Amino acid sequence: MLIKGSEAIVESLKANGVEAIFGLPGGVVIPLYDSLYDADIKHYLVRHEQGAAHAADGYARATGKTGVCIATSGPGATNLVTGIANAYMDSSPMVAITGQVRSGLIGTDGFQEADITGITQPIVKHSYLIKDPKDIPRVFKEAFYIASTGRPGPVVIDIPVDMQLAEIDYKQPSRVQLLGYKPTLKGHKRQIKAAAKLIAAAERPVIYAGGGIVSANAEKELRRLAKLVQAPVTTTLMGLGSYPETDKLSLGMLGMHGTGYANYAVTHSDLLIAVGARFDDRVTGKLETFAKDAKKIHIDLDPAEISKNVPIDVPIVGDAKNVLRDLLVELKKLDVDPKRTRPWIRQMNQWKKSHPLQYKDLKREIMPQFVVEEIYRVTRGKAVICTEVGQNQMWAALFYKHTNPRNFITSGGLGTMGFGFPASIGAKVGRPRETVIDIAGDGSFQMNIQELATAVNYNIPVIVAILNNGYLGMVRQWQELFWGKRYSETCIECQPDFAKVAEAYGALGMTIKDKKDVADALRTAIKARKPAVLDFRVKQEENVFPMVPAGKSITEMIGGHK
Amino acid sequence: MKHTLSVLVENKPGVLSRIAGLFSRRGFNIDSLAVGVTDDPDISRMTITVDGKEQPIEQVTKQLHKLINVIKITDLDPHNTVARELALIKVKSAARNRGEIMQVAEIFRANILDVARNTMTLEITGTTEKIDALEKLLEPHGVVEVVRTGRIAIERSEK
Repeated sequence: MLIKGSEAIVESLKANGVEAIFGLPGGVVIPLYDSLYDADIKHYLVRHEQGAAHAADGYARATGKTGVCIATSGPGATNLVTGIANAYMDSSPMVAITGQVRSGLIGTDGFQEADITGITQPIVKHSYLIKDPKDIPRVFKEAFYIASTGRPGPVVIDIPVDMQLAEIDYKQPSRVQLLGYKPTLKGHKRQIKAAAKLIAAAERPVIYAGGGIVSANAEKELRRLAKLVQAPVTTTLMGLGSYPETDKLSLGMLGMHGTGYANYAVTHSDLLIAVGARFDDRVTGKLETFAKDAKKIHIDLDPAEISKNVPIDVPIVGDAKNVLRDLLVELKKLDVDPKRTRPWIRQMNQWKKSHPLQYKDLKREIMPQFVVEEIYRVTRGKAVICTEVGQNQMWAALFYKHTNPRNFITSGGLGTMGFGFPASIGAKVGRPRETVIDIAGDGSFQMNIQELATAVNYNIPVIVAILNNGYLGMVRQWQELFWGKRYSETCIECQPDFAKVAEAYGALGMTIKDKKDVADALRTAIKARKPAVLDFRVKQEENVFPMVPAGKSITEMIGGHK
Repeated sequence: MKHTLSVLVENKPGVLSRIAGLFSRRGFNIDSLAVGVTDDPDISRMTITVDGKEQPIEQVTKQLHKLINVIKITDLDPHNTVARELALIKVKSAARNRGEIMQVAEIFRANILDVARNTMTLEITGTTEKIDALEKLLEPHGVVEVVRTGRIAIERSEK
């Protein structure tokens, strides 16, 4: 069948199961957009390409499917860069399609030319520059395969405009053939046996679960493991929701802003079972003291993560779901005595009492933590929570009880302010029946505030809950604690009236200044069935506690004591 | 310790840049690099020599493995490897020292490629040390220019 390259792209997208695309057209993707014009794939026009990348990422995290975004060449493509880097750091499956100047013009500094495969090289799982239109079906099949298998990540496909215009004999390849790409999914039998032995013998085990549980859909296996060996579970920021925080074995999050009890548990453990986590500096603090008396088992899909930061005793390379299943089989053979961790669990409960998560609630003034707790209460913990980055993110991580995977969507590795709102749009597109709330800061929200138009345009009823403290709050917190309260450029003196901005875009806008109105505002927004911005004026100089200063041991916490 | 990595890659545009970029990103300096196609024209071999302690080399090879176009990496064991470089050395020579240079060349089994009025050009193949030694012996005569390839290496077969 002879069709145009641009039609081959659309056919390939369909063949790879794409239902939603986020993008913004430009000169060299006009042929592609022309082919999309009457295709049955829903395209969402964003107002800035960064929004497209984050929306695709949010869609991917909420659904587990690969997110797709499109931008034109040059500035369109470079506007995707932050979103691609963000997806890379958090291992989110994404295919980013960029237009490129016609192939004869490449390398001549043509109008709107940028070497996007070069620019994105350090932040992609793989990339393609299509030089022969016949390659289109193969490249798309490979791209979706690479993005979504193994350790997921973003793939860029750069397509010169003449490739979109050329006619090709279109045929979908039957399978993917990649010589150098064969992710190890099954764990090594002997290693799994060795791990099971260590687990059965441990008296103070802690499971440290990360985003790998979420992307492998291994939450059930994780629960079974915790229950079988009676080991407490702490999760990373990316792993929140992979283990229910309502369970008594849950320790919540660990690390720089982790709970006191999680940090104590890890530090005093005799066995650390890391699953789908990567020992990030925000988790470990000072490396020399991190779980220093513990043997370490590390289950991860990516061999490069093993022993990267912390030496590992028993590494197991494989998909978390597969490995945990095999591990459970081995453990059952060993007849693990669940009673042996009882003293350890008692110690845990003591730490929960002596180092509780807490804040000082006020009578009328709204505490940011209170807003997060109210969101949990009003949505009965069933909402999909997206966050921006900074204090809002940490409060959302700590004070919302996360119980389900894929219900907490946050920029972990890159820490991208402006991620949450477009990501919430993507999440809502992927899961339209669920309440999606972006817990935002007044600083972060303004970084992609233009996407209000996208949300209103397609009536994607996401709720933005701004914890408005008038500061770039996390940096202000550091300045308060470590820089002698010299608030250099962190006070946002000129701020729009967010409720009016929302209304101007056609969304619902509310300003909430009294504590007693918080729950009502949330209920009104949920019922409104249209995009809503709730401007919660919260206590201005509130800090996120506990906090471990950068480079210190994770038990050297500020705050968090009773 | 110097490592010689023998890397099989798909012979596709941009692969060299991906590999070179990865080394610099992870803080490694490539000492030498030689690239050529293998007996299969779709596959190239890169021989990369780098300096590094055991641990970081492991990290960089693992990261290299993650590149889709990289098929196989071998960190060659120096005791079980034959390695060669080629160098072209242009040295000052007049009639009076030409004989001496030719003698040195003969000892090193270097070929004389070009003789001009004031210079001679020698071709030498050998280990890094051998080439270094020749260069040193030629220095008193005045070395004008040295062009060296990267190291290429192959594992010895079992005897």
